[in-house]
Amino acid sequence: MQEYSEKVMEHFRNPRNVGEIKNPDGVGKVGNPVCGDIMELQIKVEDGVIVDARFKTFGCGAAIATSSMVTELIKGKTIDEASKISNHAVAEALGGLPPIKMHCSVLAEEALTKAIEDYRRRGEGRR
Amino acid sequence: MKRIYMDYAATTPVDTRVLAAMLPFFNDNFGNPSSLHAFGQEAKRAVEKARDTIAAYIGASPEEIVFTSGGTESDNCAIKGVAYAKKDKGNHIITSSIEHHAVLESCRFLEENGFEVTSVPVDADGLVDPSDVEKAITDRTTLISIMHGNNEIGTMQPVAEIGDIARRRGVVFHTDAVQSFGCPPIDIDGMNVDLLSASGHKIYGPKGVGILYIRKGTRIQPFMHGGGQERGRRASTHNVPGIVGMGKAVELAMADMDQETDRLISLRDRMIRGILENIDDSRLNGHPLRRLPNNVNVSIEYVEGESLLLSLDMEGIACSTGSACTSSNLEPSHVMMAIGLPHETAHGSLRFTLGRYTSEEDIEYVTGILPGIVKRLRAMSPLYKEDRI
Repeated sequence: MQEYSEKVMEHFRNPRNVGEIKNPDGVGKVGNPVCGDIMELQIKVEDGVIVDARFKTFGCGAAIATSSMVTELIKGKTIDEASKISNHAVAEALGGLPPIKMHCSVLAEEALTKAIEDYRRRGEGRR
Repeated sequence: MKRIYMDYAATTPVDTRVLAAMLPFFNDNFGNPSSLHAFGQEAKRAVEKARDTIAAYIGASPEEIVFTSGGTESDNCAIKGVAYAKKDKGNHIITSSIEHHAVLESCRFLEENGFEVTSVPVDADGLVDPSDVEKAITDRTTLISIMHGNNEIGTMQPVAEIGDIARRRGVVFHTDAVQSFGCPPIDIDGMNVDLLSASGHKIYGPKGVGILYIRKGTRIQPFMHGGGQERGRRASTHNVPGIVGMGKAVELAMADMDQETDRLISLRDRMIRGILENIDDSRLNGHPLRRLPNNVNVSIEYVEGESLLLSLDMEGIACSTGSACTSSNLEPSHVMMAIGLPHETAHGSLRFTLGRYTSEEDIEYVTGILPGIVKRLRAMSPLYKEDRI
């Protein structure tokens, strides 16, 4: 078993923002069953600011903790600010991840990128 | 917090009686068994006593037992040892798709060095079909290595039938019995094996000691060269305390082998029922009957094994998972894939292995706590849709 930081375990124990948003403005679903991690991130945006973020994750402790952390990091941020959050920032906010678990933070970043892309695409549709 | 250990297949605590038997051999009786003086001879007597005990347990002669550093060394020694000893007769080895890594990686090493390896498949219960083994034999086959009890899913292979085929076809037969050694009973003649690997720390003995049984007349190429210990088959100063400990561990296992086997089977089946009846979309992995007395392996759909394991660990319960989310290639265990599980199901596997200190209360406690953990993780899982029930 990899050694997880206190922060990772804390987010695994009490994950923030689990669930789904009614009528989300952006959805990012990433991962696949082969590697054992699937993340679904939903965001609610008002005036360019992420006012709510929710996730559902099938995966290991690190996958759940990074999902939880990414929702915490993006809430209250503008779309532009959120789009600059890297996987390293997520891992760092969790007090680091074991090297073999860094892919979980990459997955969290990808979920965020996809959710923002989805939000922007929907915006174009409305115009 | 209550702590419950259910990972006896990983390792076991050293029994206090084993520890007591070992202690004098660290200092009071510290002699080197290869020395001719009284100090050495005292140690030698202890080593030979352990050898006699272990030989009696499996129905072998003492000179057929070689002490090693553990199960991995025994497997390496058997596979590479026979392959190289017989390399003028052939270069083909048969094994199965669910062997322990010590066997698989030894075979891979041989493949990289000019040998050919056939890996026979297993069915959905993890059983090897002996006729597959027979069909795989060619005139270049020198060794068959098929495990006794699988360390992950607990399935016990029909080694006696496979050994019978090997004998008829003049092929050497090795079995990795690391998980089954100590419980249930082992009889090398009934099993038709030529070589058998076992380890001390799985049977309440110390880590760092194991045995390789080598049937009289079976040649191996040694690869520990040095002082000629173990009749030239494995050089290195004897690990006297370890060997004494393993001997004592076998003696204790033999004392109540039948009762302990029955007790574990009853606990095992109670736990399997407790899990399958209380958790929807869960399944047993491995053969329902032909399985190690202490092995419970289940897959729980829509949740991932490591997060189950961590959640149980937070409740003081220790078990293991085949979801090798920690493995470098992120693939689930080769055993889970070999029995044909979809990736999601393989990632949701949990192994509980019971032992000497597992009680009925422990089983009740774990089966009581698990459904709540599963419910919590499923609520987080995008794969789980509540309206489906």
